Amino acid sequence: MYTQALNSSDGDDRGIEDAARAAQFQARIDDDERIEANDWMPAAYRKTLTRQISQHAHSEIVGMLPEGNWITRAPSLRRKAALLAKVQDECGHGLYLYAAAETLGTSREELVDLMLSGKAKYSSIFNYPTLTWADIGTVGWLVDGAAIMNQIPLCRCSYGPYARAMIRVCKEESFHQRQGFEIMVTLCRGTEEQKAMAQNALERWWWPVLMMFGPPDKASQHSDTSTKWKIKRFSNDELRQKFVDATVPQAQYLGLTIPDPGMKQNANGNWEYSPIDWEEFNQVLAGNGPCNRDRLAARRKAHEEGAWVREAAMAYAEKRENRKLAQAAE
Amino acid sequence: MAAANIKVSETPLVLYALRRADDALILGHRLSEWCGHAPAMEEDMALANMGLDLLGQARELYSYAAKVEGKDNDEDKFAYLRDVRQYRNLLLLEQPNGDFARTLVRQFFYAAFADLYWRAMMGSSDPTLAAIAAKSEKETAYHLRHSSEWIVRLGDGTEESHRRAQDAIDDLWAYTGEMFAVDDSERGLVDAGIAIDPAALQPRWLKTVTGVVNEATLSLPKSNWMQQGGRSGRHSEHLGHLLSELQSLPRTFPGATW
Repeated sequence: MYTQALNSSDGDDRGIEDAARAAQFQARIDDDERIEANDWMPAAYRKTLTRQISQHAHSEIVGMLPEGNWITRAPSLRRKAALLAKVQDECGHGLYLYAAAETLGTSREELVDLMLSGKAKYSSIFNYPTLTWADIGTVGWLVDGAAIMNQIPLCRCSYGPYARAMIRVCKEESFHQRQGFEIMVTLCRGTEEQKAMAQNALERWWWPVLMMFGPPDKASQHSDTSTKWKIKRFSNDELRQKFVDATVPQAQYLGLTIPDPGMKQNANGNWEYSPIDWEEFNQVLAGNGPCNRDRLAARRKAHEEGAWVREAAMAYAEKRENRKLAQAAE
Repeated sequence: MAAANIKVSETPLVLYALRRADDALILGHRLSEWCGHAPAMEEDMALANMGLDLLGQARELYSYAAKVEGKDNDEDKFAYLRDVRQYRNLLLLEQPNGDFARTLVRQFFYAAFADLYWRAMMGSSDPTLAAIAAKSEKETAYHLRHSSEWIVRLGDGTEESHRRAQDAIDDLWAYTGEMFAVDDSERGLVDAGIAIDPAALQPRWLKTVTGVVNEATLSLPKSNWMQQGGRSGRHSEHLGHLLSELQSLPRTFPGATW
């Protein structure tokens, strides 16, 4: 579903042992060539991408939980099928992305273990709860909407396997976003209670969604390496502004009020929003969001309770292999 | 005020379609409970996939029931506004997921039946049912393959997986007989060539099931005692909880459109 805007790339070039190869590598990037798995790349490029792609994959998998929370309670069979298919898509995205990360040399198992142990991050947005059916609409409309803003530029990322994965992911995300918006339209045309449910969900999700784009540019400790390597093409604030400008008319169409009374449109047509409470963001990132513990606990439980199944599959595969070998030897 | 139960005129054909629709919905719902919690991502995908197939089957069958009944009911009213005693699914399919072995044994017992059943129903004299059967048969063929492979892996995997798979078989076996039963209401449809007689499928089902179970180094229970009641609304305690979750929104907000 989403990759957190990364501001902490391993940007120094200390890992580059071969200055000539590094120059050649940069020249390829400057020429908009795609870097492929078997190509030479600086260690820091590999490390930055492994972290970014795997965080993205973890976000897809953890992101299944808040939406999965409503599959069994979806209010019509059509909505139930759409939601189940959507959450299944997220799982598929997780699978592609782990596969893309594996091309850089770290196995899925290692990457998943880092997430389960709490060492690797996933998107903070999934540490908020889905309390009503309107949250499912809002997550599709805003969270997927923000994810698309972040991810469209990644379709042109310099690393080939990631860029190609993102093309497919973005197509599905944009479908999810429309689906979410359609849920909101239905609620806003519905009863007073449904409309209130939609308004309340927007109020709870608005600020956390703006935080999805990462810290403000001026506070960012970001070296410009990710930009130089064409992993990142727009700054956090640029993407956030684009998202706000696209979303305000949608909220107006729905007849919903964005919970920012100070918001106003400037002469350039951009919607200026009030300051974001970065303390909340830092707290969620530090593990203190409303659902951090629940999300990790759910993933760990699935992993631990599934261990005997994975062991059985391995044991069976091994037995079958041995039988084949024994037969061949006869 | 909560939304009240609908009334259904259960003519034989309406009842027939509702029974199969309820089977598909309840099993699909159970599979959807795994979403995000399966033992591996590949299985999350597979279980969701099968859940989606079954939800699709349920929707077509409910829509057909609504059309045949010709009243004000539709797929959502059938799913969301009938109480436990109005549900007509097999007891097997409402049994809780339990561990992965139990979910897969339940799936295997049913898919081995449904695959034969829908294939035979492709010859129904009712064109809508024949068309639904043709689509469902393709889907259940995959469900059977997927679950059979897992039964073998689990049975012939580790000591723990063998024990879990055997426990699941022993516990769920008594719910398999209901798949082959026919009551008077359905007998008329069988005689008219609209439905097929599931009892005729029992020997082939047993052959498939025995083959897989043997390959998995597992065994079938000796007991022939079979639980029944789902088809006439006498369910296990589990269904009420499933429905209270499934139906919570339409019951809480009567008349709302979602």
